[in-house]
Amino acid sequence: MQLLEFQAKELFREYGINLLDSISSTNIEEGRKHAKELGYPFVIKIQVPVGGRGKAGGIQKCQNDDEFELKYPQVMDLTIKGEKARAILLEKMADIKKELYLSLFLNRSKRCYTIIASAEGGVEIESVKNQVIKEVGLGDVSDELAKEVAKEIGLEGKTADGFVDTLKKLSRLTIEKEAELAEINPLAIMQDDTIMALDGKFVTDDNSNFRHPELQKYQEKTEIEEQAEKSGFSLVELDGDIAVVGNGAGLVMSTLDMLSDNGGKPACFLDVGGGATTESVYEALTLISRIRRVKGILVNLYGGIVKTTVVAEAFLKAYEDNLIDLPVFARLKGTESEKAKEMLEGSRTKIFTSVEEAINAAVMGIKK
Amino acid sequence: MTDIFGLLKGKPEDLDYKKKGVIVQGITGAYGSLHAHNMITYGTNVVAGVTPGKGGQKFEDKVPIYNTMQEAVDATGAKISIVFVPAKFFLGAAKEALESGIKLLVAIPEHVPIRDTMEALDLANQKGAVIIGPNTPGIMIPELIKIGIMPAMPFKAGKIAVLSKSGTLLYEISDALTNSGFGQSITIGIGGDPINGTRLIDAFDMVKDISDLEGLVIVGEIGGDSEEMLAQKIIDSGFKKPTVAYIAGRAAPKEKRMGHAGAIVMGTYGSAESKVSMFNKANIPVAKRPAEVPVLLAGKMEKSD
Repeated sequence: MQLLEFQAKELFREYGINLLDSISSTNIEEGRKHAKELGYPFVIKIQVPVGGRGKAGGIQKCQNDDEFELKYPQVMDLTIKGEKARAILLEKMADIKKELYLSLFLNRSKRCYTIIASAEGGVEIESVKNQVIKEVGLGDVSDELAKEVAKEIGLEGKTADGFVDTLKKLSRLTIEKEAELAEINPLAIMQDDTIMALDGKFVTDDNSNFRHPELQKYQEKTEIEEQAEKSGFSLVELDGDIAVVGNGAGLVMSTLDMLSDNGGKPACFLDVGGGATTESVYEALTLISRIRRVKGILVNLYGGIVKTTVVAEAFLKAYEDNLIDLPVFARLKGTESEKAKEMLEGSRTKIFTSVEEAINAAVMGIKK
Repeated sequence: MTDIFGLLKGKPEDLDYKKKGVIVQGITGAYGSLHAHNMITYGTNVVAGVTPGKGGQKFEDKVPIYNTMQEAVDATGAKISIVFVPAKFFLGAAKEALESGIKLLVAIPEHVPIRDTMEALDLANQKGAVIIGPNTPGIMIPELIKIGIMPAMPFKAGKIAVLSKSGTLLYEISDALTNSGFGQSITIGIGGDPINGTRLIDAFDMVKDISDLEGLVIVGEIGGDSEEMLAQKIIDSGFKKPTVAYIAGRAAPKEKRMGHAGAIVMGTYGSAESKVSMFNKANIPVAKRPAEVPVLLAGKMEKSD
């Protein structure tokens, strides 16, 4: 999961990484209290799980009560790259000398953790110049290596010491919480040459969640996504009107692509996992019935050994139970497909032999 | 470099030529027993199963079950194992297998923590062993040996190598290839996790020198940069066999995990555009739909004739 800035900073604080004073809130009443505690001037920062907040107006300086009353609701109401504010962070203003970049991330192709550091931070990683890159195995950064990195990005004396300390703490945090990415950008050198983390990005490995009950409070899932997880499905909600269901992540992604190529708009990505049974397909339809914007369902099941009649039963049962009243466009590859077609005759489920035909029918059917 | 055919098939002078032994770890579980059965039906020589506490029993009255991998390996001399244990027990099972002398470990479980995969991989490197997966459908030489969970139906013996991150897309595309007359010499599931025991480039190394290879199909998806690395490697190595790619996830939103733990675009890292443009640079056409793969492959073959 990807943590919000203030959540990442909670972890940074726990591990002793230097931070400015800050407090998060979810409404203006709370925010007013925090403003008093913190004292002006401070910065109002929107908390969303995407970058580009500054450009979108999600980070605003605030000097007094009047500005606070004006800007807090403005920032709270922003939508950035489709993401609404989860919270607002008020953070003391910083007197910065220089902005650095520092991250530890899982390098997938090299299959090790990698440090990226630069003396030119504060911009998105793709634009960070003069990157110093070091591979560090499972993420453990030695004193020696940290000093080498500090030297290579041109730090000396007190700032170098502060940087080394931060990098080592970030390494311990990455290992202990099993992160895929821990990024501080910018990492600032203050006027007094101390080092401070001004922003934080932290992505953990979902598959290690069972070892980290302490991180569960950061889990952010819609009710439907949570239900899907319980059923052992993976579901991603999208904003279109055709629900896409299939077995296997690759196959469902491929179906989304083809649907989009043909002018359809997917409402969700739903992978019911390797096999397909009457129960799993019925459960998938139950989930979809709760997504209001859905006008039709596109099903793509590739079952080498799956009986399509078993899947047909799930559709029939869903209509019978009044679970859904939506048209279903299904491509079912498997055995007994002729019999499945017969079973579904007269229902709102149409079966196709190729996915292309099912997609065309879905796009046309929804337009009507 | 791994001699994958040596491991899976062996040499004509070997006593177990074309019937290399495979041990199934977790053979008594629901999933393990179903697929052990299917593998045996396919013709794979399953020589032993391992389930702690069930040693001495037999699977389907034939295959001996042992309590530990060491016992199973000592009794059978097998060099290949396939793991069906739950994700949180994967690391333990993998260590046991590698310590016992297994040289090819096929890791089926999904949701293995990244750190566990990396630790298993470290040990495999020390032992000179290969891990396929985790979160893989497995590896097979059609009509000879199947070590995995793939259905038999889509595959046919032939001369095309198929490398795939996804399971169902491997079946779908192999099916399309088979229907167009392109059998497969080998299919390797890389797996959908961020860290792969065998990366696309490693799998490419395993197949690139097959003497009668007629073509290569790469089935990738968003996330990471293993497709880009492979494209670069194909350019650098001067590999000239007809090659076609498919990339799933063009329409996926950024920063969202699309089912597979590894299928996530972060910024531009892992995007479909990046992969497609690298394949284009390597002069490898990228199919828009799975059904288009055999069409593009046939086109490539005509040109190379």
